[in-house]
Amino acid sequence: MSPPAGLCVDGLRKRFGGVAALDGVSLALDAGELHALIGPNGAGKTTFIQVLSGADRADAGSIVVDATEIAAFPMHRRVRLGVARSYQISSLFANFSVLENIALAIQARSPRPFAAWEPLNADTALVDRATDALNDVGLAARAEIRAGDLAHGEKRQLDLGLALATGARLLLLDEPMAGLGAADAAKFVALLAALKGRVTIVLVEHDMDTVFRLADRISVLVYGRIVATGTPEEIRRHAEVRRAYLGEEAEGG
Amino acid sequence: MPLALIVEQLLNGLQLGLMLFLLAAGLTLVFGIMDTINLAHGSLYMIGAYLAATVTEAAGSFLIGILAAVIGTAAIGAALEIALFRSLYRRSHLTQVLATFALILIANELVRIVWGSQPISLNMPASLSGPIEPVAGFRYPAYRLVVIVAGIAVGLLLYVGVTNTRVGMWVRAAASDREMASAMGVRTSRLFTFVFAAGAGLCAVAGALLGPLLAVQVGMGENILILAFVVIVIGGIGSVRGALVGSLLIGIVDTAGRAFLPALFRVLFPPAISSEAGPALASILIYVLMASVLFFRPRGLFPARG
Amino acid sequence: MRDSFHISLSPGATAAAVAALVLLPIALNAVDQSFYIVLATRILIFGLIATSLNLVIGYAGMISFGHAAFVGAGAYTAALLIRGGFDSAWIAWPSGALAGALLALVVGAVSLRTRGVYFIMITLAFAQMVYYVIVSLKILGGDDGLNVPHRPVIGLGVDLRSDAHFYYVVLAIFVLLLAVLRRFLNAGMGRAIQGIRDNETRMEAIGFATYRLKLSCFVAAGAVAGLGGGMIAALNGFVSPSLLQWQQSGLLMVMVILGGAGRFLGGMLGAAVLLGADEILSDYTTHGSLGVGIVLLLVVLVSPQGLSSLVRRQLG
Repeated sequence: MSPPAGLCVDGLRKRFGGVAALDGVSLALDAGELHALIGPNGAGKTTFIQVLSGADRADAGSIVVDATEIAAFPMHRRVRLGVARSYQISSLFANFSVLENIALAIQARSPRPFAAWEPLNADTALVDRATDALNDVGLAARAEIRAGDLAHGEKRQLDLGLALATGARLLLLDEPMAGLGAADAAKFVALLAALKGRVTIVLVEHDMDTVFRLADRISVLVYGRIVATGTPEEIRRHAEVRRAYLGEEAEGG
Repeated sequence: MPLALIVEQLLNGLQLGLMLFLLAAGLTLVFGIMDTINLAHGSLYMIGAYLAATVTEAAGSFLIGILAAVIGTAAIGAALEIALFRSLYRRSHLTQVLATFALILIANELVRIVWGSQPISLNMPASLSGPIEPVAGFRYPAYRLVVIVAGIAVGLLLYVGVTNTRVGMWVRAAASDREMASAMGVRTSRLFTFVFAAGAGLCAVAGALLGPLLAVQVGMGENILILAFVVIVIGGIGSVRGALVGSLLIGIVDTAGRAFLPALFRVLFPPAISSEAGPALASILIYVLMASVLFFRPRGLFPARG
Repeated sequence: MRDSFHISLSPGATAAAVAALVLLPIALNAVDQSFYIVLATRILIFGLIATSLNLVIGYAGMISFGHAAFVGAGAYTAALLIRGGFDSAWIAWPSGALAGALLALVVGAVSLRTRGVYFIMITLAFAQMVYYVIVSLKILGGDDGLNVPHRPVIGLGVDLRSDAHFYYVVLAIFVLLLAVLRRFLNAGMGRAIQGIRDNETRMEAIGFATYRLKLSCFVAAGAVAGLGGGMIAALNGFVSPSLLQWQQSGLLMVMVILGGAGRFLGGMLGAAVLLGADEILSDYTTHGSLGVGIVLLLVVLVSPQGLSSLVRRQLG
């Protein structure tokens, strides 16, 4: 795997109609860091992922991955550079097998993705790499199953697996554990923990336990602005954060 | 270039635009609300024209003819919606394209069987067949003026209906977000039938009004259908306002283009080029316009959905 | 290992089918029905054109409503060349393919920036543009079209003026192109365009340049359609703007759907059914379109897989 990437975001802005989804967001991540992004609904977290991944263009601001400014790159070019995202609602190739899904992601990163004149089952190198990638996300046993037929938890695994299989050095994970039960969630946390240090991760997540367990640092996004950044302990103690976001939970719980 | 000629062409363009609006409004709503492509919309226009011609001939009154056409076509529209289109709403666009293309084939053949392959005549009321002189020195066909007035009237009615009535509000809500509207209690299935039937009625008005000016013949729906699609693509799917702006734009550009572009070319270029390039460009002008709009606004000027 | 993308053709059945096609003219001659050789040739050509559209619609998932324009471009190009003295099929037909490809490049470059129904409409509009331009230009014969004074020359001891020879040349091209297409669809590029059909957004999100891919596919299909157009021009002996009417584009789509969108031989089957039915029906009635319309409607509504899937699931 290639070395994890550092990320530097400066002054990112994005408006939708009259609403500023991102209102001057600046953030710097060290290579290999797992950085969680939390905040109330509608705060702009998914927009942040959209803009970073290239699904949307920022109105202003810079995005630098290692030393490369990528704000003007189309999505597929960012992926080639090592920036890949996963989806809050699983986005898979439903009609193809789990292995074929991963094989597509691996095919994409080959320097000449269409050089092959062989059918998939004749391309043993590709199949091997795909199987390895499946092992990484714990889906090797389900390789032949049609992706659309997977259980919900497995779909989340595959969704993550697709992003990983691109050879990502910076992962943008949009609520990867959405809708998972306790057992599946625990497995997922273990998966992410195993990735720590090998890949830089931006993790958008609602579940506070997970966030505090996994994150090296946490940023809090409220109304398109980052109101606090720090280690989990620092965030836990941060007065404004407690008030705006955790406060009500502390009172109620 | 005489002012009278320019005004005349602009009025013709306005007339075409208003009639296009009648077609485009129904089309864009069906599209925007039910997410359904209906290629057979032009066939409803054709049926409206044929019904108007037949009833006018039988009853001796153009007014009765139009009325019968509207009611008859709306009824056919409602029947089609219930019998066929309900099965199409959830299907892919490709399925809808092919199913409604099949409808065109069927409609054309049925019309051919009932009325024959020759064009039939729909005559404008005799009282309107001459020119009038609204301003000294400027003469314009009375009938075309009536068409313009009728188009404006229907357009206003539509606008008032869509913005000021409860039904209109449901329509706008459903065009903007169908699921939300349904969740909010809009009776979507009845609304759909109503929208479809209303669209069919509008087609009939256009068909009846244009009948005396263009030929009433099999296949007349196809040409105007394409124009209507260009309109709603430019205007933005699901938007009645977009349909109005698009229709007027297309109506005027197309008419003025055909009238003036060849002349303009004759002035600018030697005859070897201008005699063909002018008319050729005039005939594709609206498509160039559409491509340009889509280039900058890939979802049209006023897309209904965010 | 499961391969959802793989197009498998049983060697036995394929050989039998090809053999049957090779023997067809001989059989027709034997029963004194050699007239039908031209029909068979026409079916093969349209089968090829419909297959190119199937590539776009069925495999890549792009609903293009202007395919007839590429056919027309190829037909007129070939017609003009032959009329202009460039008799050789080696020039006329590849030029037709090139014309189709170039037009597809222009149309695709603009259209593929749009999605969904806007794409359908803009491809239709472009086809209309080409149609109206051709109708307006007198050197292209306007409404009446152009005569193609004689069949092109191909050399190698083959005389295209013979209907049987023409048939065999078309058959050879047909089999060759289908073999190439199958190879292509079974390999990396084929997986990629089917991936686009399944989930275009994710394809881009895993690093595929989807716009470029779709455009390449579109241009390739345009080239084959243009080649088909050139062959039709030579077969019919004339070209007319009716080749480019949007109803023609619609009929090509009908062929793809009737035969099975996303099925390898879908275009071929659809062409055979439609053109065959047209030939049979026209002896009995002028209202054949009614039947076609009804059948099409029923097929579309009743199709058990739902045409929205567009994929024949080759399960296990």
